[in-house]
Amino acid sequence: MSPIMFDLLMRSLWETVLMTLASGIISLVAGLPLGLALVMTGKGGISENLWVNRVLGTVVNGFRSVPFIILLVALIPVTRFIVGSSIGTWAAIVPLSIAATPYYARIAEVSLREVDRGLIEAVRSMGGNRWTIVREVLLPEALPGIVAGFTVTLVTLIGASAMAGAIGAGGLGDLAIRYGYQRFETTVMVAVVVVLIVLVCAIQWLGDRLVDRLDHR
Amino acid sequence: MTITASATAKDVLADADRRETSDIGQRAAEAPVVRLDGVFRHFGETAALDGISLSVRKGEVLGIIGRSGAGKSTLIRCLNGLERPDRGTIEIEGRDITGLSEAELQPLRRRIGMIFQHFNLLSAKTVAENVMLPLKIEGMPRAERRKRAAELLDLVGLSTKADAYPSALSGGQKQRVGIARALAARPALLLSDEATSALDPETTASILALLKDINTRLGLTILLITHEMEVVRGVADRVAVIDAGKIVEDGPVWSVFSDPKAATTKSLLGAIRPSLPPAIGTALAASGETVLSVDLVGPEAATLLPALSIELGAPIRLVHGGIDHIQGQSVGRFFITLAPGASLPQAIAFLTRHGAHVETTGHVADHV
Repeated sequence: MSPIMFDLLMRSLWETVLMTLASGIISLVAGLPLGLALVMTGKGGISENLWVNRVLGTVVNGFRSVPFIILLVALIPVTRFIVGSSIGTWAAIVPLSIAATPYYARIAEVSLREVDRGLIEAVRSMGGNRWTIVREVLLPEALPGIVAGFTVTLVTLIGASAMAGAIGAGGLGDLAIRYGYQRFETTVMVAVVVVLIVLVCAIQWLGDRLVDRLDHR
Repeated sequence: MTITASATAKDVLADADRRETSDIGQRAAEAPVVRLDGVFRHFGETAALDGISLSVRKGEVLGIIGRSGAGKSTLIRCLNGLERPDRGTIEIEGRDITGLSEAELQPLRRRIGMIFQHFNLLSAKTVAENVMLPLKIEGMPRAERRKRAAELLDLVGLSTKADAYPSALSGGQKQRVGIARALAARPALLLSDEATSALDPETTASILALLKDINTRLGLTILLITHEMEVVRGVADRVAVIDAGKIVEDGPVWSVFSDPKAATTKSLLGAIRPSLPPAIGTALAASGETVLSVDLVGPEAATLLPALSIELGAPIRLVHGGIDHIQGQSVGRFFITLAPGASLPQAIAFLTRHGAHVETTGHVADHV
């Protein structure tokens, strides 16, 4: 592989990492409260409100049912409004975040819902209010699942970011299609695949280590 | 003159004031820690609580026993407002809690500790952090919380486990942490929701001993629900039997154990109270012997059978039973047969005269 190709590979790797991490963090910050809201307002939740729950659920399902490649294009006006351009790595972060947030919200929701109801009851019996329950029970008890879910979301985002090449965002997926596929450069294709495997393994390994450390169950 | 009059009036008012204060003081001293009056709670068609009236004195250990689905859990959860009754009054330390909002209930719940069947310890917090949580909720400063948690862990014998996570503890140790946590905020009442049902018999005994010790040392009022008579026997002063949402029997443990009235009580007592093994009963009935069942509470329980033997001038045969000691009372329950020729009416008269409750089973026609 030529030095130029190597530089290109490294630049693409950086673009992928940037897109994945930035949209991952945004989806964590937005998706976790959304997941929490889904659990709290759900049936038997600590702030049960089925009407709100249904509205939130419908919005989440709505975003999740649109294929990412379509969301990417459909969100162009929004992207242009936020980033100022609809082309490039930063522009891809907007649709990636918007797609990953409801995805992560559902994953967080599952972890939060699995928290033993007995623990909530115990803290209620101590005189704790609902924020005490969120702070002392729901979040800490679900933390291993919340972290594991975040790992899954990051890996999914790496996959989704491959499509962001469609709006000129670059990244490893774009490199593989333009050079590896369209120009029949098998070496590039293989290199990209190897880098992706290493990247995914590294994220998963880090996530698993962190979950191990946090899990006292 | 006016001044005098006004002074007198003031004195009278002050007097009345004093009287009222002392009245209130007396009422508070007499007021039961828990008082329920006509409490109903229905789930659809099923009545979980069907007109429960009950009160628990300060310092008393009340055991509420019933089968699964009898309404025990609903009852105990009504006491700290985790469940709301459809109607009826629930007073905690003289204050009706049925109309309180969730926010008003929160400070009240700090007066009531609760322990659970599955311990309900937070897995992400250490033992000490678990014990400190009620104090954190109460707003106690961190240093004081640490100190109080150390005291409590000492009380339950787990000082060395302060920084362990609950997953590293055995069931009995977990429940000890649960007890320490429930006592942290110095509650007026401790609720125990099947706290020993997930533990083996030996651990159950040690947990019950701890509860009894806490009750005696701190004068803490304890209300426990269980489906095991052993638990009631081990720790309670008084027992209330609940069946289909109703209290069917209520009295001192020794009295209910020695002379159960309700069918539910009898059947719940079955495992712990001696009853004639069916095989022996059948064999004796076939041989035409009469079996007397004798129940007696008091010191005479120990001497009754030898005395009967002397009275009849003939040996008697003890088929089954023995003496149990509950709350310092000797509770005797014996199954005996008489020697051939001994007078059954004489025996029954003697036993009855000494305060025993006698029933005959088997072949009686010859004697009567």
